[in-house]
Amino acid sequence: MQSEAPVAAALAVTDEAAGRRVLTLSGRLDAATLPSVWERARRAVAEVPARAIVVDAAAVDYCDGAGAALFVDLLRHTREGKVEVVNLKPAYETLLKQFDPKLLEHDLDLPPPRRPAVEEIGRAASGVWSDIRLQVGFIGETSAALAHAMRHPSSVRWRDVWHICERAGVDALPIVALISFLLGMILAFQSAVPMKRFGAEIFVADLIGLSMLRELGPLMTAILIAGRSGAAFAAEIGTMRVNQEVDALTTMGLDPVRFLVTPRIIAAVLMTPLLTIFSGLIGLVGGAVTMQSFGIPFKTFVTEVDSAVTLTDFLAGFVKSFVFATLIAGIGCLRGLQTGAGASAVGDSATRAVVSGIILLVVVDGLFAVAYYLLNI
Amino acid sequence: MNLPDIIIRVVNVDAGYDDVAIQKNINFDVRRGEVFGILGGSGCGKSTLLKHMIGLNEPIAGHIYIDGDDIVTADEATEAKILRKFGVMYQSGALFGSMTLLENVRLPLEEYTDLADDTIDLVARMKLELVGLEAFTGHLPSELSGGMQKRAGIARAMALDPSILFMDEPSSGLDPITAASLDATIRRLAENLGVTFVIVTHDLGSIFVATDRVILLDRKAKGIIAQGDPRRLRDESDDPRVRAFFRREVEPMAA
Repeated sequence: MQSEAPVAAALAVTDEAAGRRVLTLSGRLDAATLPSVWERARRAVAEVPARAIVVDAAAVDYCDGAGAALFVDLLRHTREGKVEVVNLKPAYETLLKQFDPKLLEHDLDLPPPRRPAVEEIGRAASGVWSDIRLQVGFIGETSAALAHAMRHPSSVRWRDVWHICERAGVDALPIVALISFLLGMILAFQSAVPMKRFGAEIFVADLIGLSMLRELGPLMTAILIAGRSGAAFAAEIGTMRVNQEVDALTTMGLDPVRFLVTPRIIAAVLMTPLLTIFSGLIGLVGGAVTMQSFGIPFKTFVTEVDSAVTLTDFLAGFVKSFVFATLIAGIGCLRGLQTGAGASAVGDSATRAVVSGIILLVVVDGLFAVAYYLLNI
Repeated sequence: MNLPDIIIRVVNVDAGYDDVAIQKNINFDVRRGEVFGILGGSGCGKSTLLKHMIGLNEPIAGHIYIDGDDIVTADEATEAKILRKFGVMYQSGALFGSMTLLENVRLPLEEYTDLADDTIDLVARMKLELVGLEAFTGHLPSELSGGMQKRAGIARAMALDPSILFMDEPSSGLDPITAASLDATIRRLAENLGVTFVIVTHDLGSIFVATDRVILLDRKAKGIIAQGDPRRLRDESDDPRVRAFFRREVEPMAA
């Protein structure tokens, strides 16, 4: 018995006396076997542009879409001598007839859409401008919705608010505690080593107290909430947008801002300041633990913090946390509502919410620093 | 112009986005109590036209009168009034994922009525019973099949007993039996409750069973190429494009 049919593709090129060139293809023509013959076949046709070419496919056992592509490739170019494919089995002949080689004659060579620099700048500027307009509009709508909520507290969906409070606030306690504790510890350790040289390690308590309560506590908490809840708000509202739930609200005559944004901002404003206080206290505990190993007892640490930190310092941090909360929740919701179509849109919104949230936080924190300095706070 | 039996009047509407019109100069009327179909192949702009009709996007030009008020030029108060007249069932159902079916149907009732809590429960459960979902009140949308979600979408859209119900591709993604039961539900609601339905679809089965009158949009012609009773259009139209759509014939390839 004959062994198995050959699984590879083969090509033989013979020049006939009459001037024709015959390409004899045999075996199996598919995407796996073709690379071995494709280039040679192409060259055999290209190097004799004036002569007629006969592609003899009598010995082709199998030919799929890739095999048909080889025939189309040989047939498609306009040349002096004629190219013809002969003896192809009827089934493969039908396959080949589905394509018009002349329609595929030219390779795709789309020039990249280049625009003049002025137009590019104009487009970018108009993009920024429309984004600003959108944000101003959103701030206006949100302020109006919040004002309405204050005047009519019963119109707020409190059940949603408590639910969001739990997820954005209570569930964030462990991570806020961990980060703040480590922050307090590291801060204390890094500053205690050089301070000890001057015998001034007791002042580490002042440093930890002021920095945690006034600056780092509020900022770190806000950054954590931007990463956790800001992203979550954007993803939730973005998914609702993709699922047409936001459209459904609109056609029910229910304002998406009042319905989706207001509860989230209220929840963030309730939770962030509490988390900020919590973060400051845990940071102090972290510092105190470190300072114990430097020979400063817990009680001394507390007394020193108490003498260094005034109520004004504490309030300076506390007030900031309200503003941070509004920014994080607002930007998260805005990015969610801006979500476009498609599977990646929700991810993009979450990313944009975190990035623009953190940028805004740092900028506003800088503004607070300037304002506090000018006001001598 | 306000004929009593005309509930929706679309006048000279150019449908599309960003000033690119997909359909131009669309004119048609929907009569009170009928099941009206907006038909056409994929990408012909029927869903876009629906979005204009329900006020989600403004049309490029034209006017859409819903029960006498123009939703295109309406101020806030008029728009609120128009929105109360219709419900919308979205292609995906668009149920609120964090709420149970009952809560979904309760929502419009809570927002717009002063009914007592247990009364709202009762009304919402009745709406769910209307679409055969009374046993699933406590389920979240994600726990239901596609067909059930769509039916729940109808129940929610019906919560405030609107006189018009817009539906975007009600039978898309459903098996033939579920689709048929949805068509039956539509007919039942139209005949028993007098609700006017405006259905966007390209499902032939639904068209012949559920709709009274249709318009057929065409992408190339950028306009309405046929309107009337779909069964008569199928049997009597001479237009090859209309015959192709209703008889599922493949149009001869353009030379």
